[in-house]
Amino acid sequence: MLKAMLGEAWQAMGANRLRSGLTMLGMVIGVGSVVLMLAIGQGAQYSVAQTISTMGSNLYIVISGSTSAGGLRSGSGGGPTLTIADAEAIAELDGVANVAPVQQGTQQLVHGPNNWSATVVGTTPPYLEARAWTLQSGYPFGDSDVRAATRVALIGQTAADNLFPNEDPLGQTVRIRQNPFVIIGVLARKGQNLDGRDQDDTLIIPLTTAQRKVFGNPFPGSVRMIMVQATSAEAMPAVEASMVALLRQRHRLREGQDNDFFLRNLAAAADSAAETTRVMSLLLGAIASVSLLVGGIGIMNIMLVSVTERTREIGIRMAIGARQRDILAQFLFEALMISVAGCLIGLFVGVGGALLTNALTDMVIVISGTSVLVSFAVAAGVGVFFGYYPARRAAALDPIEALRHQ
Amino acid sequence: MSAAVIRTLGLGKTYQTAAGSFPALQGVDLSIGNGEFVAIMGPSGSGKSTFMNLLGCLDTPSSGDYFLVGRNVAHLGRDELAALRNRCIGFVFQGFNLLPRMSLEDNVALPLVYAGCRRDERRQRARRELARVGLAGYEGARPNQISGGQQQRVAIARALVNAPQLILADEPTGNLDSHTSAEIMGLFTDLNRQGISIVLVTHEADIAACAARQVRFRDGLLVSDEPTSRETPC
Ligand SMILES: Nc1ncnc2c1ncn2[C@@H]1O[C@H](COP(=O)(O)OP(=O)(O)OP(=O)(O)O)[C@@H](O)[C@H]1O
Ligand SMILES: [Mg+2]
Repeated sequence: MLKAMLGEAWQAMGANRLRSGLTMLGMVIGVGSVVLMLAIGQGAQYSVAQTISTMGSNLYIVISGSTSAGGLRSGSGGGPTLTIADAEAIAELDGVANVAPVQQGTQQLVHGPNNWSATVVGTTPPYLEARAWTLQSGYPFGDSDVRAATRVALIGQTAADNLFPNEDPLGQTVRIRQNPFVIIGVLARKGQNLDGRDQDDTLIIPLTTAQRKVFGNPFPGSVRMIMVQATSAEAMPAVEASMVALLRQRHRLREGQDNDFFLRNLAAAADSAAETTRVMSLLLGAIASVSLLVGGIGIMNIMLVSVTERTREIGIRMAIGARQRDILAQFLFEALMISVAGCLIGLFVGVGGALLTNALTDMVIVISGTSVLVSFAVAAGVGVFFGYYPARRAAALDPIEALRHQ
Repeated sequence: MSAAVIRTLGLGKTYQTAAGSFPALQGVDLSIGNGEFVAIMGPSGSGKSTFMNLLGCLDTPSSGDYFLVGRNVAHLGRDELAALRNRCIGFVFQGFNLLPRMSLEDNVALPLVYAGCRRDERRQRARRELARVGLAGYEGARPNQISGGQQQRVAIARALVNAPQLILADEPTGNLDSHTSAEIMGLFTDLNRQGISIVLVTHEADIAACAARQVRFRDGLLVSDEPTSRETPC
């Protein structure tokens, strides 16, 4: 019985190929765009998650204020308000895992005839741990290097590729402002950060060396920025509160006085970036679903036409014993067949489109089994939903009226 | 005459039209026994088709009662009526009413699909009925590839396939020439000899002569009901 009906539905579909094909096209476009949009949306979510994971977790950046930065108070007339002693004090707080003062800027790096401009980061050993940054080769510098202000450096992949195109950077020398630095380690690749900047285009050196030899610091003991890592996400609010209290106390700020530093919660920034891409991919999916809806309405339209055209056939079937549910099932099968066939083709088109997008642009795409299954289920649902009304109309026809129909 | 296949009591049908209600059939009492061959005659518009549609459970009467093999069909729902049409009645129409996209075999087998038969059984029985009406070898053909007379044979095969007690034929020879009509009537006569009750509407006296009994309608009323005189053999 089921097989006979499927066969008949197939025949009915084949009887008007152009029409079935065009109706199917609606589903193909609908399912194809849903699959493609989900792939792009999930790809964006994936790459943001990937970026966030390279950033290091549970991070705060404390940025010093100065008179030149937005009218913040500065006790020392233009110099940074944060000190290395501040950093050391923060490190003593409960819930703080790593603290690294940072001084960074763009500098020209020179190696032989090669010349490359990169971000030079002066910091202390906990920096690597806070950023969850490993070395591909070599070893990191230690506290003794910071104390002695040695000229050692860890180089990022992009900077290394440009300065040492054909050689191993380990043990080589780069010059910054005529100061030679020995490369003692090569950093693992991290990729872009949330702002789209290449994190591998960098050179990490001891903070003291950076301040004395590279950037020059007219305010000894001060620092522009402190990176603070909490032990866990749950610890972050407490760490934030105690850090602010500590710094206000250390900077002798009275009640009602503004902070002379900024606190930036990188975890919150990451969350909002993830949320943004999530909303974006939802929006893409929603827009694509509209075309699926239009495809479904196309099926309903064609099925209604088909029921009208085949009224006499329905009458004949009823005369020879078709029950209402037989007629209902027949038309429902036809709608389902068109939508499922369209859906299958649409899946191929969508996946193909996603692969093409990936090949032609550097967009990350993710095709998940669930998204494919879900769009398939939705398409089948659309077929049943939009096929039901015409099928019910067919089944509700009066046998004699249908037979008399010309 | 054995038990009645058809029994109507005061059967009437009134159509509601824009011009008002129109009584197409009024107070028809008729009883047709098992194995009878009845011809229904009457001028155009006298209510013959209306009566046949009621007998075939395709339409519902406005008044009166109709008993098909002893059951009052007034109390049956749509699905029960469909099952009754499927098992007890075979229809033959003036316009053949085959499904054009299907092969002859599938056309003949269609009632068995709704009866819930298995595929191999459907196939076997459809082939047997096609052979019975003289169309063995045409199983795969389409309705538009054969003549009108052959199409009507296919329709008869379809009517027979679920082994009904009763065949209702509304002007089955109306679209056929006299030679082909005679062949079709021969087929009906054969079937009647095998015990199937037949009710057949016709305008032509020589067609009606094949039946053992002739019923006449005029203006929605049953006006005469008499056996065929044997002087005009079929
Ligand atoms: N659906 C309908 N609505 C309104 N009036 C109808 C309907 N069907 C039939 N009639 C009317 O009922 C009367 C009987 O029609 P019916 O079809 O039964 O006649 P008939 O005896 O079969 O005629 P014919 O020999 O031409 O086939 C006719 O006057 C017709 O106009
Ligand atoms: Mg008629």
